[in-house]
Amino acid sequence: MTVLDYLYDLSNLVQAFANWLSTFAPGWVVYWVVGLIAVATTLLFAVNNTLAMNYIERKVIAHFQVRYGPNRAGPYGLLQPVADAVKILLKEPIIPAVADRPVFLLAPIAAFVPAIMPWAVIPFTPQMMVADLNVGVLYVFAMGSLATIPIFMAGWSSRNKFALLGAMRAVAQMVSYEVPLVLSIVGVVISAGTLSLRGIVEAQAVPYVIPQFLGFLVFFVAGLGELNRSPLDILEAESEIVAGYHTEYSGFMFILYYIAEYTHLWAYSAFITTFFLAGWRGPLLPPYVWFVLKMLFVAFLLIWLRATMPRLRIDQLLSLAWKFLLPVALVNVFVTAVGVFIFG
Amino acid sequence: MNTNEPAVTIAFYVFSALTLGGAAGVVFGRNMFHAALFLVASFFGLAGIYVLLQADFLAVVQVLIYAGAISILVVFAIMLTRQVERGNEWNQLRGPGLLLGVLLLLGLLFVLTGTQWYTGMGPYPADTVSTLARQIFGPWVLPFEVASVLLLAALVGAIIIAREE
Repeated sequence: MTVLDYLYDLSNLVQAFANWLSTFAPGWVVYWVVGLIAVATTLLFAVNNTLAMNYIERKVIAHFQVRYGPNRAGPYGLLQPVADAVKILLKEPIIPAVADRPVFLLAPIAAFVPAIMPWAVIPFTPQMMVADLNVGVLYVFAMGSLATIPIFMAGWSSRNKFALLGAMRAVAQMVSYEVPLVLSIVGVVISAGTLSLRGIVEAQAVPYVIPQFLGFLVFFVAGLGELNRSPLDILEAESEIVAGYHTEYSGFMFILYYIAEYTHLWAYSAFITTFFLAGWRGPLLPPYVWFVLKMLFVAFLLIWLRATMPRLRIDQLLSLAWKFLLPVALVNVFVTAVGVFIFG
Repeated sequence: MNTNEPAVTIAFYVFSALTLGGAAGVVFGRNMFHAALFLVASFFGLAGIYVLLQADFLAVVQVLIYAGAISILVVFAIMLTRQVERGNEWNQLRGPGLLLGVLLLLGLLFVLTGTQWYTGMGPYPADTVSTLARQIFGPWVLPFEVASVLLLAALVGAIIIAREE
């Protein structure tokens, strides 16, 4: 293999390393070392994206609002996220005296775990994924459904009325948006005939955003609701309830929520790429480059929405989920099933 | 997966401790909210044990339905209850409660000892999802539909009760 082959799919590099390692190390050492490399690179990629997104989001929104954005620290302000991270890590983490202490301390960690878990099944290339589960789609939604509890833990244990209000809004919103989110992906699963994420990408000769446009629409909007992203971010509406469920958090405990939120966001971009934009498939460029480019495109759409749309009210938000997204998702399932039955 | 591997054994004991410890926390905890969180931990440990049994579909559904949805239901109940942190008062029902508990334990022990536990029944199916689907929508389609209708009836009933005149 030439250098180009190694660069075309980085997992070839790991494979070569594993082959070299197995010449003198026992099998279980190779297994654990390769596994740890895969997990560590995925984790680092997911978490470092927070820094990148912090910069991209501020810069893009600044340009939408006809101003410069961060431009002092480093060239083009590129070191601004690093400076911010250092600053916030040096702040004192304050625990309220009346807080439910064990739950208060556990909540940020519990919020981080479901944000990082879905990365295990994201297929960057046919080989570059930690695990190809044959229940991959269900695994993704199972991990997504775990994200609600830590938010409620934070709001409840803070003993702060704004935190509790934010947490109650979060539970109502995330329960409502989970139903259309799961239903919207059923069309994709019926068309692809598999629950494996690699299988779904391999089934997309045409990206599913075209034949499954209704499903894409519902998934995109319901995903915004699950992510609590603007314009559906009433649970941390700063003009009404301060900062929502993480009002009482400061220092590194706050930064864990921040990282969890952006890790969720990137995972969501990766799932839209996988389910609807044909994942790693594309001409010329290496597969993982295509994947990351598509992810960046989805992230840009999200920032664009945040910069242009006003925030919805809670009743508008819930009726959007139950009276619009849910029926559309059901119609999509029905039409897809009939279509696959007749033509498939 | 080789079940004799030490890593699998360690994982089994970790998940067992999580399941049983979580369940003990639910029963003995005086704080209702903490009990709900222990319940989630217990559900999660059980999902881990399903993974070790190579029942991947069951494990994922356990997390999705129990840790994800049932726990939210409990959270709703906590949010809608006044003075939930105080917990339950001691009351006159200790005697009947004990009786019921012992009866349930006896029943479970009877089933446990009376069941023939199959071990080592040939190779494990590669794709559990389609195997399960063929069973549910093939020979067992009628019980499946009856369960669906029952759930629908419960849903409609709940709406009728909650609706304001």
